[in-house]
Amino acid sequence: MATARPHRATPRGTDARLDQLVAASDVVLTCGAGGVGKTSVAAALAATAAVQLDAKVLVLTVDPAKRLATAMGLSGFGNTETVVGRDAFAAVGAQPRGELWAAMLDTRASWDELVGRHAPDELTRDAILANPLYRNLISTFVQSHDYIAMERLHEIHASGRYDLVVVDTPPSRHAIDLLDAPARMADFFASRLLRWLIAPYRSRLANLASKPFQAVADRLLGASFLADIAEFFLLFQSMYDGFVERAKSVEQTLRDPTTSFLVVTTLEAGPVQEAMFFCDELERRGLRLGALVCNRTLPPGLGDPAARRLADHWQRHPEAAAATLSPVADHGPPAAGSDAGPDRQDRDRQDVDRQDVDPQDRDRLAQVFTTMGQSFIDYAMLAAREAELAARLAPLAERRAVVPQLDHDIADLGHLLELGRALWPT
Amino acid sequence: MGLLDRRLLFVTGKGGVGKTTVSAALARCAVAGGKRVLVCQADGVGSLAAAFDVPPVGFDPVEIEPGLHLMAMDTEASLREYLKLHLRLPLGGRLGPLASVFDFVAGAAPGVKEILSVGKIAYEVRERHFDLVVVDAPASGHVISQLAAPQGIRELVKVGLIRNETEWMGDLLADPEVTAVLLVATPEEMPVTETLELLGRIRSETEVSVAAIVVNRVLPELFNRREGALFDRLAEPGDWQDELVRLNGDAVHPVLEAAALATRLRRSRASHLARLREAAPDVAQIYLPFLFARPHGTRAVQLLADALAAELD
Ligand SMILES: Nc1ncnc2c1ncn2[C@@H]1O[C@H](COP(=O)(O)OP(=O)(O)OP(=O)(O)O)[C@@H](O)[C@H]1O
Ligand SMILES: Nc1ncnc2c1ncn2[C@@H]1O[C@H](COP(=O)(O)OP(=O)(O)O)[C@@H](O)[C@H]1O
Ligand SMILES: [Mg+2]
Ligand SMILES: [Mg+2]
Repeated sequence: MATARPHRATPRGTDARLDQLVAASDVVLTCGAGGVGKTSVAAALAATAAVQLDAKVLVLTVDPAKRLATAMGLSGFGNTETVVGRDAFAAVGAQPRGELWAAMLDTRASWDELVGRHAPDELTRDAILANPLYRNLISTFVQSHDYIAMERLHEIHASGRYDLVVVDTPPSRHAIDLLDAPARMADFFASRLLRWLIAPYRSRLANLASKPFQAVADRLLGASFLADIAEFFLLFQSMYDGFVERAKSVEQTLRDPTTSFLVVTTLEAGPVQEAMFFCDELERRGLRLGALVCNRTLPPGLGDPAARRLADHWQRHPEAAAATLSPVADHGPPAAGSDAGPDRQDRDRQDVDRQDVDPQDRDRLAQVFTTMGQSFIDYAMLAAREAELAARLAPLAERRAVVPQLDHDIADLGHLLELGRALWPT
Repeated sequence: MGLLDRRLLFVTGKGGVGKTTVSAALARCAVAGGKRVLVCQADGVGSLAAAFDVPPVGFDPVEIEPGLHLMAMDTEASLREYLKLHLRLPLGGRLGPLASVFDFVAGAAPGVKEILSVGKIAYEVRERHFDLVVVDAPASGHVISQLAAPQGIRELVKVGLIRNETEWMGDLLADPEVTAVLLVATPEEMPVTETLELLGRIRSETEVSVAAIVVNRVLPELFNRREGALFDRLAEPGDWQDELVRLNGDAVHPVLEAAALATRLRRSRASHLARLREAAPDVAQIYLPFLFARPHGTRAVQLLADALAAELD
C-alpha cells in the first residue's frame, strides 16, 4: 500500500550534520536506555561513514538483533573483526568509498583475554580462569560488561587499525555506569576493603576489625566458602598494577578530544529522562556530547492542525464523508493503477482486492473514515507528547538528529543506510 | 488454575516493556477480587510507586489503599531483618562497617544478594502475611540469578545458615501451585527474541514455572479485509484520492499517511506475535492494548487492570 506522498526521512529543523562530527572524531560511542536503538544507530552511522568517507570504519556492536548481525557478517560469538564485503553494499546499490568492519563484543572471551594479559604467570592465570567464582563474577560484578566494552574500545583505538571506531554500548541499568566502569574497576583493585578482607587469610593473623564480620559471615555462609572467596581475591590481587594502569588509560581514551558520545533516545518519558541525565553527566565530567539522536519518531504530518480538523470531522461524521465520496466510488474501479502497478503480481493482487470492494457499501466506507479519523487522533496524541519531550531535550545538545520510526525492523545493510540518511543527510 | 490464585508472581521481561505497569495492574486486579496483596519492587530503583501516584516506598510494606501494599527491596535491610529474626543479633539501626564488608562479599559471591531478596519475598509468602505477592522483578538476565539463587547457593555453600534456608525456599519457588513467572513482552523484534530466550533459560536453569506471557502495548487493528481494500484505494494515487483531495484539500495526505503507517506498524508487530505464538505454543498469552492517552500513573494502571481482568475471564 503506497500513499501519495511517501513519508520522507527529513530531519525536522535540526542541524543534523553528523558528517562534521564524524570527520572530527576517531571514536564515537552510542549510549542511552535499553531498546532505543543504540545498536542500530551505531551500525547505521558506521555503514554510512564507510560509504561516504575514504576511511576504514569499525563498528563494535554488543547485542545486535540476529538478522542485523548476519547482515554485517557476524555469526556466532568471538571477538573477530570481519569486513563487510563490497558485494553486500553493491546488493543494496551502494558503493562504499571506504571499508566497513564489524565486531561483536564477547564479554567472556574478552575477560579471559584480559586475565591472560595481566596475570603474572600461567599458573595464576589458569587458577583464576578455573575458579568457580570467576565466571560468575564477570557476569555479575562491577558492571563487568561496561568495563570490558571500554577496555576493548581502548585496545582497538590504541592499535591504530581504524580511522573511525563506532562503539555500541551494553544495556546497563543506568547508562551512566558505563562512564564509571574504568574508575570503579581501578577502585575495586585499589580497595582497602579488598586487602583487609584478604589479610586474615594471607597472614593468618587475626585481624581485630574483621572479627565480628568473620563470625557472622561464618555462621551464614560457612568458613570454607569464605576461604574460596578470599583465595579468588588473592589471585586477582596479583593483577592489581596492570588493571589500575589499564583502567586509567581506558578513561583517557574516553576523555580524548577525538572521542564523542552520541546520546540516543526515543521520545518516551523513561528513555528521555535517562538521556537528559546522561547529557548532564557528560557535561559534568567534561566529556564531549557529539549529538543527540531522537530515534523512532513519528512523522511530522501528525502535528498538522488542518489534518487534525479533518480527522476530527471524519471521526465524528463518517457517513457524510462516505456519502460525498460514494458517487465516485459508484463509477467502479478507478482508471489509475491499471498501468501504474510496478509488476504483474502486484496488479493481480489488486484485481483480487477489487472484487472485494463493494462501492455501494457506504457503511463500510463510513467505518473506514471513522477508523482513519480515530487513528490519526490517537497517533497525533503520541506525536504531541513526542514534541513536548523533544522541546525539553532541545537545549541539551547543539547537534540533534531526528530519525523516523521505520515501519519495518532493521535487518539488512539497506535498512542501515536508510537510517543513515536521516543521521547524515547528503 | 487461575493466574491470581497463585501466591507469588514474578513479573519480568526486557527493560522498558512494561514490567512495572503490568505488576501494578495485576495487583489492582487481585485487590479488586478481595485479596490482600503485596507488590515488591525488586531492584530498588524502579518506578513502582509512581505507577500508583504515591511517593517512593521503602523496605517496610506500606498500605497505600485497602488491601494494597507496596515495598521496595533492599538487601541490606533484608539481611538486618534476617539476623534479627534468626541470630538475635542486636545490630541497631544500621549494620555499620559490617554493611560495607557485606556489600563487598555479596557483590563477589554469586547468589548472596539474590538469596536475601528472594528470601525476604519467600518469607512473606510462607508466613501468609498476604494472599498474593507480586514481584516487579529485575529485567531478563538478573531475574534468572534470583530465581536460581537457592540452587546456586546449595552448590557453592556446603554448610551454614544460608544453605539451610535454601531448602524451603527452593520448594516454595518450585511449586507451580504457589509460584509462577509472568513474562512481559512487546510485539517487537528484540523483545520477542529476548522473551523466548528468557523462557528457555527459566525452564532450563530454574525450577520455577512460567504461567503466561503478557504481550503489552499491542496496537489496535485498523481495518478488516474488506475495509482494508477500501482504504488501499483511498491511500493509493487515483481518482478516489483525487476526489478526497478536491473535497478536503491537502490535509487529506497526513491523515492517509498516518493510517497507512499505523497499518504497517500493526502488521510488522503481528508477525512478531505470530513468531512468539509459534515458538511458545504451550504458554498462555495475554494481550494488553497500547495506551495512546496518558500511558503512566494510576489511570493507565486501571485501564490495563480492566484489560487484564477481561483477558483472565
Ligand atoms: N500498554 C501500554 N501502552 C502504552 N504505554 C505503556 C504501556 N505499558 C507501559 N507503557 C509505558 O512504557 C514505559 C515503560 O513501562 P514500565 O516502566 O512499566 O516498564 P518496565 O519494564 O518496568 O521498565 P524498566 O525495565 O525500566 O523497569 C512507561 O513509560 C509506561 O508508561
Ligand atoms: N528508527 C527505527 N525504526 C524502526 N525500528 C527501529 C528503529 N531503530 C531501532 N529499531 C528497532 O528497535 C529494536 C531495538 O534496537 P537496538 O538498536 O537493538 O536498540 P538498543 O541497542 O538500544 O537496545 C530493533 O528491533 C530495531 O530493529
Ligand atoms: Mg543494543
Ligand atoms: Mg520497572
